[in-house]
Amino acid sequence: MAGRKLLLENVHIPGIETYDVYRKNGGYASVEKALKKMTPEEVVEEVKKSGLRGRGGAGFPTGMKWSFLAKPEGVPRYLVCNADESEPGTFKDRYLMEKIPHLLIEGMITSSYALGANVSYIYIRGEFMYILHILEKAIAEARANGMLGKNIMGSGYDLELVVAPGGGAYICGEETALLESLEGKRGNPRMKPPFPAVKGLWGCPTVVNNVETIAAVVPIVNHGGEDYAKIGIERSTGTKLISASGNLVRPGVYEIEMGVSVEEFIYGDDYCQGIANGKRMKACIPGGSSVPILPAHLVTKTAAGENRLMTYESLADGGFASGSMLGSGGFIVFDEDQCIVKNTYTFARFYAHESCGQCSPCREGTGWMEKVLHRLDHGHGTIEDISLLEEINKKIEGNTICPLGDAAAWPVAAAIRHFREEFEWHVTHAAEAQTRNYGLIQPRVEEIKTL
Amino acid sequence: MIKVTIDDIEVEVEPGTTILNAARQIGGEVVPPAMCYYSKLPGTGGKCRTCLVEVAAGSTADPRPMPKLMASCSTTVMDGMIVKNKTSERVHDNRGGVVEFLLINHPLDCPICDQAGECHLQDLGYEHGSAKTRYREERRTFDPIDIGNKIKLHMNRCILCYRCVHVANQLTDHRVHGVMHRGEHAEISTYIQNAVENDFSGNMIDVCPVGALTDKTFRFKSRVWFLKPMEAECACTKCSGKAVVWMFGNEIYRVTARKDKYGEVENIEDKTAWICNDCRFDKKDPSKWNIIGPRKIDRHSVISQGKYETKIDKGLNKIG
Repeated sequence: MAGRKLLLENVHIPGIETYDVYRKNGGYASVEKALKKMTPEEVVEEVKKSGLRGRGGAGFPTGMKWSFLAKPEGVPRYLVCNADESEPGTFKDRYLMEKIPHLLIEGMITSSYALGANVSYIYIRGEFMYILHILEKAIAEARANGMLGKNIMGSGYDLELVVAPGGGAYICGEETALLESLEGKRGNPRMKPPFPAVKGLWGCPTVVNNVETIAAVVPIVNHGGEDYAKIGIERSTGTKLISASGNLVRPGVYEIEMGVSVEEFIYGDDYCQGIANGKRMKACIPGGSSVPILPAHLVTKTAAGENRLMTYESLADGGFASGSMLGSGGFIVFDEDQCIVKNTYTFARFYAHESCGQCSPCREGTGWMEKVLHRLDHGHGTIEDISLLEEINKKIEGNTICPLGDAAAWPVAAAIRHFREEFEWHVTHAAEAQTRNYGLIQPRVEEIKTL
Repeated sequence: MIKVTIDDIEVEVEPGTTILNAARQIGGEVVPPAMCYYSKLPGTGGKCRTCLVEVAAGSTADPRPMPKLMASCSTTVMDGMIVKNKTSERVHDNRGGVVEFLLINHPLDCPICDQAGECHLQDLGYEHGSAKTRYREERRTFDPIDIGNKIKLHMNRCILCYRCVHVANQLTDHRVHGVMHRGEHAEISTYIQNAVENDFSGNMIDVCPVGALTDKTFRFKSRVWFLKPMEAECACTKCSGKAVVWMFGNEIYRVTARKDKYGEVENIEDKTAWICNDCRFDKKDPSKWNIIGPRKIDRHSVISQGKYETKIDKGLNKIG
């Protein structure tokens, strides 16, 4: 048994991307329930009870975010769905929108009703143009069946849903940069405060939520927040979509119940079925490229020797010293043949390319890190470069306008923290490093748990 | 009025004041440096990160310290807030980091840069920079371009403070330049080297904290510290006509707006005294100006070298 599925339960039904099949399989029940039997406040209350936390990466409680929304008289409010899924290693939203687009539309209608928004937006990244067409088709179907437009299901509630494509910049996944981009400006993050809940899209109160978060509102309204909260452990409730990639036997998008152990997830038959080609695991990035990398011995167990679980708390256990984060659920696994230095360089190159260039630490720091890592990776580095990287890291982290600076600094800091020997080896054995991989970290190989 | 303590000095300010402006009310050493914030241009600030300060206590109601360093130019004060600027080791450390970032791609061509002597990056580097660079890579370079016939853009020197973009947005009728590209490749530019032509575009030069935008009518004519800044005014239909003329003997070398100790254009009669391009670029004949007297310059500034200021002070005393 792979646990309950709330989002992807019906995904394999042929034709589920069409309105008729989706409706026949219990679709739009949450809209019916919310609009006919519940007040918007009751919907918000259910979401609060569910303990749902933002699925985009930060994990901020959704109910709380919704209740922060300012409600001044005579000012429109907006719900914006963040479908700019661009975190390397994360592809769950794409899967959801591609396979079961009506789930997102349904979630958007129910959530918009709860927030009192009459125009809602789905901001989708430019590379997903084909999904834009899928969503627009789904919206047209929903409209034709009276789920969108004026007076939805006779409830008196009106909603227009607009899909807006971005240009494909990573930074536009940051909520205020997303709003700037949606307004037609350069996607630079805004200074906060004011937060979007007070001054968001066109200066009006706005909630920005991830695709998966909005989709999760559907089962919460259908089954009740308390039922949803029964799944999971502590403050990590419900199910989570995990995009598993890397050297796994069976990579892909999995819907897991929060609290499945990491060991089970990597090696279990219902999940990824272990490391491909009979190799051993070297490292794992559990939450997308921005979160700290973990060496094999810290993936399945925490530093204290407890089983690590797929929850916000357990993955973060040990803080930055020995933990990581659940993030957006971009679960990347590396086998013993992968080079951590090269991987770190690749990430640094990505962040240097995607920095908006607005504030100095990120603009200059990410580019500098990329160049130093390029040197190390290509065998021209020095031992001092490693401490230089740590220094640059510290100067970027926490000093930038938006979290991109942190996202660029953390993976580098964690890679050096856990794989320093490998970085040093790239300096001391520069020529050899160009021809073969360092392999597993030698002194710790016996600690690695193999199943 | 609310009370805020900055570096152990208490000050009372209006609600809604930023930490930086509260510090400016105290004045002196507690004022954090600001490279991108410009009080006369709404919307500026938050970008350069040189003004980061430590908030040791958020407010009387919630005295918890803020975990991150805060940009003092865009963080408003709360009653009972305790801020550390000069007294914080962390601030000093991180400001050094920001200066290092700003300088890694800067050409450090001060000896041939017209801004030398009145450059904020020079001051900042002097105060917080280190003598050596750890940057081994090739610096990012651009070709200098003419934007219009009066302004030269040296993108190499630019720190992307966005001030000139705000000037174009707020003072001119339409903006034809802006920031292009992203990250390290971001640059101030115009499409196909469009001319920036507007009566007030010259103010971009005044707000530029570095030597990225320079006055083509003054370039390479003289070092600024060889010139005498004199307050002057003229009858102008476009602007207030209140400016500073920089003289060598009886010749006017250049004209700028009147700037305060933070390098910002002064308010005169409650209006920011931006000057028009006619006054700035075309009125170099002393007979067109009514020269009032020497401009007061901070004695720490290189412009007042050679005891220049004391001479002015004496002069001013006589006039006064």
